[in-house]
Amino acid sequence: MTDDTARTGRAAVLDRWRRSPMLLRHLAAALAAFLGIVLLTSVTDPFTNLRIATIGYHLVAVAGLALLIGVSGQISLGHGAFMFIGAYTMALLVIHVPGSPLWANLLLAIAASCAAGVAVGAATARLHGPYLAGATLILAVGLPAVALRYPEALGGSNGLTFSVAGTPPALSDTVPDPRWQSWVVWLAVLLALVVVANVSRGRLGRRLRAVRDDEAAAALSGLRPGRLRTVAFVISAGCGGLAGALQAYLLGTATPSSFGLALSLSLLAAVVLGGLGSLWGALWGALALVYVEVWGHDAAEALGLSDHVANNLPIALFGAALIAIVLLWPSGVQGGLARLGAAVRTRRIGPGGRPD
Amino acid sequence: MRKAPPLVAVLAAAALLTASCTGAGEVAEGDAASLDVSTGVTDDSVRLGTHMPLTGPAAPGYSQISVGARAVFDYVNAQGGVHGRQIEYLVEDDGYDPVRTVEVVNELVLQDEIFAMVGGLGTPTHARVIDFLNEQGVPDLFVSSGALMWNQPDTHPLTFGYQVDYTREAKIQGQYVAENFPDASVGVFFQNDDVGTDTQAGLEQYLGEQIVVREPYESGNTDIGPQVSALEEAGAEVVICECIPTYMALLILESQAIGYEPQFVASSIGADTVTLNGLLQEFADADGGTADDMLDGLIATGYLPQATAADDPWLELYTQIYEEYVPEEQPFTNTLLYGMVQATQTSMALMAAGPDLTRQSLVDALHSGEFNGPGLVPFSTAEGEHSGFQGAYVTQYHAGGRSEILQEPRVTDRETGPIEEFDFSRPTPDEVVFYGG
Repeated sequence: MTDDTARTGRAAVLDRWRRSPMLLRHLAAALAAFLGIVLLTSVTDPFTNLRIATIGYHLVAVAGLALLIGVSGQISLGHGAFMFIGAYTMALLVIHVPGSPLWANLLLAIAASCAAGVAVGAATARLHGPYLAGATLILAVGLPAVALRYPEALGGSNGLTFSVAGTPPALSDTVPDPRWQSWVVWLAVLLALVVVANVSRGRLGRRLRAVRDDEAAAALSGLRPGRLRTVAFVISAGCGGLAGALQAYLLGTATPSSFGLALSLSLLAAVVLGGLGSLWGALWGALALVYVEVWGHDAAEALGLSDHVANNLPIALFGAALIAIVLLWPSGVQGGLARLGAAVRTRRIGPGGRPD
Repeated sequence: MRKAPPLVAVLAAAALLTASCTGAGEVAEGDAASLDVSTGVTDDSVRLGTHMPLTGPAAPGYSQISVGARAVFDYVNAQGGVHGRQIEYLVEDDGYDPVRTVEVVNELVLQDEIFAMVGGLGTPTHARVIDFLNEQGVPDLFVSSGALMWNQPDTHPLTFGYQVDYTREAKIQGQYVAENFPDASVGVFFQNDDVGTDTQAGLEQYLGEQIVVREPYESGNTDIGPQVSALEEAGAEVVICECIPTYMALLILESQAIGYEPQFVASSIGADTVTLNGLLQEFADADGGTADDMLDGLIATGYLPQATAADDPWLELYTQIYEEYVPEEQPFTNTLLYGMVQATQTSMALMAAGPDLTRQSLVDALHSGEFNGPGLVPFSTAEGEHSGFQGAYVTQYHAGGRSEILQEPRVTDRETGPIEEFDFSRPTPDEVVFYGG
């Protein structure tokens, strides 16, 4: 009896949770996540704080790309270019308009890369498969060269260096700069993720999926595939811009060499590794981007490998992990975890039983 | 109790929002970090760190610097260390990518807690971390780059330059070319960053009229065919290459491919003939020639002894250290020697700082001490003058490994001052204290 009541009570709570507005649910989840970050950064050292922040900006870039690939079915080999735009917007604003507040800088960086996303998206919405991949590839290869073309304004290959305001004076005794920076990064990231989650689960997401699954059917139902594709591209570009701006904020630098083809490709690899079209998958991908590199270096150091091996070990590890994951769990880490979870639940409830 | 945590998060978020209303670029002048600390120092060890390109476009050649430095530190440790402390030397690879430099320097300072940074390499890379190092109160010794910005004691009191700066070196190159090739048309091939701008500021003073063509290259783009054609078309008879070893080698190869044979002049950063030899060798094999022939006649500037020089007391010591402490596959190059000299001067500074080592005592020692020795020109770390080596000599390479000194060392300043000869008694290894109690 009591067990039943407990279950009904829990079901009622869950039911209410599910029926509350989606935005509210996502905001509450973001707040909880932010609380987790605050706690996590409070118990870790400054260096780990910075690493947590690094995961944050990678996460938003990967999440944007995951939305583009998983939900709208497009591909982009050029997302590093949007990070480039975000980072340089941030850098130029900090250098030339030092009085401009950080949130405005971030919004402007997002706006700049969204504008670039409109231009690119409008052109690429007509392309499919390898043509789309090729067109976006041009971005990744070509855009960083703009900084070399205008060395006076953009600093050439040395890039731009600047300092950003750290912890506000009122808190500077209790909160070290790295912890503060990681809070700023994660607050921005979580707010962006709320937007992405809402898009993905909402009406727009449904329409995007419809276009992805059958363009002709979607068009016959009154949707406009070209425009929808462009919208997805713009949102995804905005996420990339935000990631770049946060990176610039965190590191105080923007250089063309950081936004090369390798970055765009590793973002794509992270999406595949984590699992397409899911925010949790984006988190696993971002974690892998940051930690496989760290572990690779640590392992090489511990084993006393020569420089040539040591420097390639992280890339080799990442590649091996990617291959293994795709072979074992074709839907990425998140897909694998979901399957595991489902298997465990079925066993607990027994065949034929219905979870909740 | 259960309500408290969300409250913390809400407050933190609110604080973030209000704080973010002040300008992102308005950096408050914080209190300087205390230097009366001995971070990274124990009774029997002192921890130093550096960032180096062990991979990427700048790695050929430069990856040997830390090998040379480690050999000298191993030697010092074997002699009992500095004031009884063994030197621990952490080398982090940044691949010449400024973003990674920031990450690895964060790691060195915040996680590994190094006492001082030694010889961080590269202008675009190290420029990203000098603010951070000075804020954190980490002495930033002997930056491996000739940029002018390391010598700014007012704004960056803890950063000390090392190699002769690009402008000084270029002035000496310019004067030498103007005096010895007065009628030649001169072409300049340069790296399109501060190396290019700083060196041209120096060359301009002596070669203004003679320079007929200037061709930049971007580090990372190895196709320099168009630039070499432009140099040839402009009729440059002397080509001054302000570039890193990889591009010096590419320039020589590309010129040979189109049958263009100007007199090449290299600056110290790209003139390591042993490294160039290695880079050229694989290509030369295909052509049937030898790399050594391609380098014959190369004129270069330098401020350290050549690795091939004879009768040099410091080279005797370094050769001995090389044989004992450097892994066999590493050739003895000028770049390796560069790291060895850097490590020697670092050890001298640690000795001069005395047995009670703090960051302040190290900086004081740098300001008051003499660090002449291995280098062929005077070295300055005085208060208000953190520039490092003050001048350069001119040398010419002859096939077979012999280098000839064309012009004895001269010193100058980074502005428009004259280039002068100088009196300089160079101490031998026995007269310099760089290990012991």
